[in-house]
Amino acid sequence: MTSHPFSNPRGMFTLFWKEVWRFLKVTVQTLLTPIVLSLLYLLVFKQVLEEHVEVYSGIGYTAFLIPGLVMMAVIQNAFANTSSSLIQAKVNGSLVFVLLAPLSSVEFYLAYVGAAMLRGLLVGAGVYLAALGFTDLPLAHLSGAIMFALLAGLVLGALGLLTAILADTYEQLSALQNFIIVPLSFLSGVFYSIHDLPPLWHDISRLNPFFYMIDGFRYSVLGVSDVAPALSLGITLGFAALLSAACLFLLKRGYKIRA
Amino acid sequence: MPPARGHTRRTFVPMNSAVTISHLHKHYASVHALQGVDFSIARGEFFGLLGPNGAGKSTLINIMAGLTRADAGHVSILGHDVIRHYREARGALGVVPQELLYDPFFTVREVLRLQSGYFGRGRENAAWLDELLATLSLSDKADTSIHALSGGMKRRVLIALALVHKPQVLVLDEPTAGVDTELRRMLWEFTRRLHREGVTVVLTTHYLAEAETLCDRIAILDHGRLAALDSKTALLQRYPYRMLCLSVSDPAPALPPALLPLLVMRDAQQIKLRLHKQDDSIAGVLDALRDAGFSITDLYTQEPGLEEVFLQITATPVLSGDAA
Repeated sequence: MTSHPFSNPRGMFTLFWKEVWRFLKVTVQTLLTPIVLSLLYLLVFKQVLEEHVEVYSGIGYTAFLIPGLVMMAVIQNAFANTSSSLIQAKVNGSLVFVLLAPLSSVEFYLAYVGAAMLRGLLVGAGVYLAALGFTDLPLAHLSGAIMFALLAGLVLGALGLLTAILADTYEQLSALQNFIIVPLSFLSGVFYSIHDLPPLWHDISRLNPFFYMIDGFRYSVLGVSDVAPALSLGITLGFAALLSAACLFLLKRGYKIRA
Repeated sequence: MPPARGHTRRTFVPMNSAVTISHLHKHYASVHALQGVDFSIARGEFFGLLGPNGAGKSTLINIMAGLTRADAGHVSILGHDVIRHYREARGALGVVPQELLYDPFFTVREVLRLQSGYFGRGRENAAWLDELLATLSLSDKADTSIHALSGGMKRRVLIALALVHKPQVLVLDEPTAGVDTELRRMLWEFTRRLHREGVTVVLTTHYLAEAETLCDRIAILDHGRLAALDSKTALLQRYPYRMLCLSVSDPAPALPPALLPLLVMRDAQQIKLRLHKQDDSIAGVLDALRDAGFSITDLYTQEPGLEEVFLQITATPVLSGDAA
C-alpha cells in the first residue's frame, strides 16, 4: 500500500489553520500595516499626480493606481507569509513537529500556500475597500479580480515557500525579499503604464512576471490594460505551475527539510 | 515519497517487531555516520539505545522518525516502512526530541490541539489531551505561551506532543538531559506506566544508571556500527570483573607484588582491587594481604554496572554488523 497524497485532509486543514492563526495573532503586523502603507502611497501620489497624469483615457491617476497597490500588497504579503513562517520554523526547529506528522508533501504545500493566498486576499481586499474612500472605482470583472488576486497569492506563496526551503538563514531570505521581490513588485507597472517607458525598459518590464499579475488585475477592475488579459492569465498560470512543481519536487525529496 | 537509495533488498519484518532496522547506511559528507546497522526491537520492549557522542544514535532516531533520509537500508515501525508507508509509520511513532523545540506563537493547549490535528485527530481527542496535561502537571500552564515556561515545563510539553496520537512506539532522545531530580522521577514513572500499558519505549540516554534500571534490552552504537546488542543481564555478564573494596588500619604496609596488577585505587585507609570473576579468588587475595601484614577492618564487593560494560565495549574495536 502506498500512501495517498490526500489521505489526511484533517491534518492538512490543521496545518493550513495553524498558518492562518499565526498571522491572525499578529494582525497589526500582518494585515493592518500593509493596508496603512498602501494607503499612504495612495495619499501621497493622489495629491501629487492626480491633476497631472492620465495613464488611460478617461481614467484618473488614483483609479489607475489602486489596482496596482492592491496587487503589490497581495504579492508582498503572500510571499512574506510562507517565507517567514517556514524559515522561522526551520531556524527554531519547530518544523520538526510538522515533519513528524503523517502529512504528504502535497498537503504540506497546499496548507502553506493556501494560508498565503488567504493573507494576500485579506490584505488586498483591505486596501481595495479602504481605497474606495479616495475615488470612485469601477469593478469591471469581479470574478477576474478575485481570480488574479488568488493566482498572485498562489505564485508568491509558492515562491516564498521555495525560497524558505532553499534559505538557511533569515539573512538570505531578507536579501532575496529586499533585492528581488520588492524591486520587482515596484517595477511592475504599479505606478505607471509600461507603454510610457523607454523601449528598453518597456521590454525589460515585460519579462517581469509581477507585471502580468498586476495588469490582469487592473483589467479586471478598470476594464483596460497594457496587454491582453488572456496573456496575463496564461503567464501567471505558467508561473504558478512552475513554482508549484518546484516546491513539490523539493518537498518530496525533503531537500533542506529532511536532512 | 520515494524509497531510500539502495532500495533493492527485500526485508523480513518479524510479526512481533515494533522497530526493524535493516542494513542502514548514512553518510554526512565524508563521515559514514551509520555503517550497516541491523537490528530489531520487539513490541512491548523497554529498549535502550546507547553510545558515545557521534555514535549515530540521533541519526538512527531521525531516520526512524522520517526526519532524515537513509542512503541505503530500511526502517519499519510496526511493519510499516518509514518511506513507502510513512503515514502508518509516523502514526505509530511518537518522538520526544533532545532539544527544547517549540513554536513561540502558541500556548501549550494550542500546540497540543494543532499536533493532534496534524495526526488527523479532532475534537474526539480532547479528553486525551486533557489527560496528558493533567498527568504531566501542565493543566495550570495550559493557556500559557510555551515561550514563558521553564526548561522542565517545556520538556513536559515535548513529551505531551509526542503522545497526542497515542503512539504504540515512543522514542525518548536524551529526555532527562538538564532535568532536575523531581521531574526525572516523574518522567520515569510516567514512561513506566506507558510501558505497562503496552507502549514500546526506545530510550537514549547518557545516564547509564537510568538505562540499567529501566531497559530490558540494550544496543550500543559506536562509530556508526552496532557494537553490542543484548539483554541487560547478558551485557552485565560480559564484564568479567568485580571490585573488592577494603578498609585497612593506618599505617598499612606495601602491597604484595602479586596484587599490584589488580590495584585500581589506594589511599591511607582504602584499597580498591579489580578481581577477575573466574581467575582471582577473594579468599586468596585476603590471605595474601594478611600475610603481608595488612589489618583489614571492613570489606565489600562491587558488581560491575552498565557504565563499566559500556566503557569496555566502546573502548575496543567494534564487531561486524551481523555480530549481534
